[in-house]
Amino acid sequence: MTDAALPALADDPAAPAAASLAAKTRRRRALAYVQAAPMALVFAAFFLVPLLLTLVVSFWEYNEYEIIPSFTAQNYLDVFDGCLNVADPCTTVRTYLSTLKFCALTWAITLPVGFTVAYFVAFHVRSATVQMALFLVCTIPFWTSNVIRMISWIPLLGRNGLVNGSLIGLGLIDRPIEGLLYSDFSVVLAFVHLDTVFMIVPIFNSMARIDRSLIEAAHDAGASGWQILWHVVVPLTKPGIAIGSIFVITLVMGDFVTVGVMGGQQIASVGKVIQVQMSALQLPAAAANAVVLLGAVMLMIVAMTRLIDLRKEL
Amino acid sequence: MRDRPRSPAFHALAAFFALFVAFLYGPTLTILVLSFQGPQGGLTFPMNGVSTHWFGKLWAGVGIVDIWGALWRSLRLGLVVMGLTVGIAFFAGLAFRKRFAGEGALFTVAVASLIVPSIVVSLGIGLEFRLLDDAVNGLAAATGWGWMQDHGTLMGLYTSALGAHLTWTLPFGLLIMFAVFNRFDPAYEEAGRDLGATGPQILRHVVVPILGPSLVGVALFGFTLSFDELARTSQAIGGRNTLPLELQGLTTTVTTPEIYALGTLTTAMSLAVIATALAASLFLQRRKMKRGLRPG
Repeated sequence: MTDAALPALADDPAAPAAASLAAKTRRRRALAYVQAAPMALVFAAFFLVPLLLTLVVSFWEYNEYEIIPSFTAQNYLDVFDGCLNVADPCTTVRTYLSTLKFCALTWAITLPVGFTVAYFVAFHVRSATVQMALFLVCTIPFWTSNVIRMISWIPLLGRNGLVNGSLIGLGLIDRPIEGLLYSDFSVVLAFVHLDTVFMIVPIFNSMARIDRSLIEAAHDAGASGWQILWHVVVPLTKPGIAIGSIFVITLVMGDFVTVGVMGGQQIASVGKVIQVQMSALQLPAAAANAVVLLGAVMLMIVAMTRLIDLRKEL
Repeated sequence: MRDRPRSPAFHALAAFFALFVAFLYGPTLTILVLSFQGPQGGLTFPMNGVSTHWFGKLWAGVGIVDIWGALWRSLRLGLVVMGLTVGIAFFAGLAFRKRFAGEGALFTVAVASLIVPSIVVSLGIGLEFRLLDDAVNGLAAATGWGWMQDHGTLMGLYTSALGAHLTWTLPFGLLIMFAVFNRFDPAYEEAGRDLGATGPQILRHVVVPILGPSLVGVALFGFTLSFDELARTSQAIGGRNTLPLELQGLTTTVTTPEIYALGTLTTAMSLAVIATALAASLFLQRRKMKRGLRPG
């Protein structure tokens, strides 16, 4: 899209001479820097420098009162303390396994659900207005409070909640199922509830760009509905699927709020470890954990970003 | 394809979609109903009468927590974040239409800011401000300048928390601007230029009116994402919390429908903002059509 303005400039019949054109191009370029500067400054001050400081501080020492500039790998050794023991995994390995489990479950549910919802809206709803309306219906909850949306499961999943009540009323169980709320189940449920939208939007975006005549061609060539779905729609939707997956995976990997609220503050997660260390003022330890988390997340998404060029998808 | 009869799959998919919408909105509707629980009612059904008792209690204040102060802080911060997000993302979008060195890097950083886990960003900003405080304290001790002594902390609503929110809202704003400018026809600007308009005049009278509805969309993202932001704010705010942070704390301490009343209230506020934004966007779209411009 950056070159969109250039042809217009080149065709400009009003440009009298090459010299003035060059001057104009220089002015445009200078203007571009001025226009991009505020965003660059914000990201430098509140994203790049903080990440750099996190990396630096992860090598510092600390005691109960202060953090001390130094260069030690002790914080990293603490993170992986005893992790070579396969029979009895260390806290870090267990925490990562638990977080990875949430990641895998959430991804395995949000992907088919998000795909199906997007597929219905993109291919089976015929009026563009209805499409837009249904798309909005899916995204509006994203603009409301996440914590409130988590709390709203309490009356449904609680010990005396609607789900237990209905099951008892139907005679399917005689005593309430414990562990509907404040369990792995409720954590995954909340992740699916909050994060499916991150699958729907990019997948819908990819589907909306698919040339409808391709579907027609496949149909005319005798492909069945399933064959069209599997051999035409899914391959062309891959970029959307990849972007949605990156979103869901990074959201779950770094989460501490959903796991905290829906797990009754009893379930460990990598994000929660960092938060606890931060509030205990063990800043270098928290920083080391953050660097390890960042590395893990990067590893997970590098493979996916290799497959797509994000900017082409907008 | 459009003129073929509905396939049998349509009904199955429509049913699935309906179930998904029920899943999406059902729980929120439950707490909406339960927030009107009678004075003797609890956190779950059955309803023990219908009253606005819990809204009354909420009005009087939730225990020691200054919920109205937090709401006010979140509103103000949301508005500031909204304004900055629209302005910064709009001009960055303009810059990306021309070539400039480092455009690839800036884009990569924006996307990275979106997908780096929030707790890491929050921790980094928290660290940054602690180190800044230490530096200022050190300088104050070394120089003995009076105005620098006991400055407290630089961390706060309009410093660290504002920055944390911008790292979350700006990438969304930039991506929307990309999508918008991809569909924007530069011929309109050329026409303006040929008629002798200056750069700022073209922006004010051509680009902004055409992009108006989309800029409202960016504003909606800016405000709502800030108003509900929690993870990035958590380590990057001083002593005075925003509303989502207070809400998170209340989940473990409040055991009455008061918290549902608060949920109903904040959800209603978010919905009001969304409705206003959609209405404004539609209005601008209509006005644009009326004035004979193609929707951009």
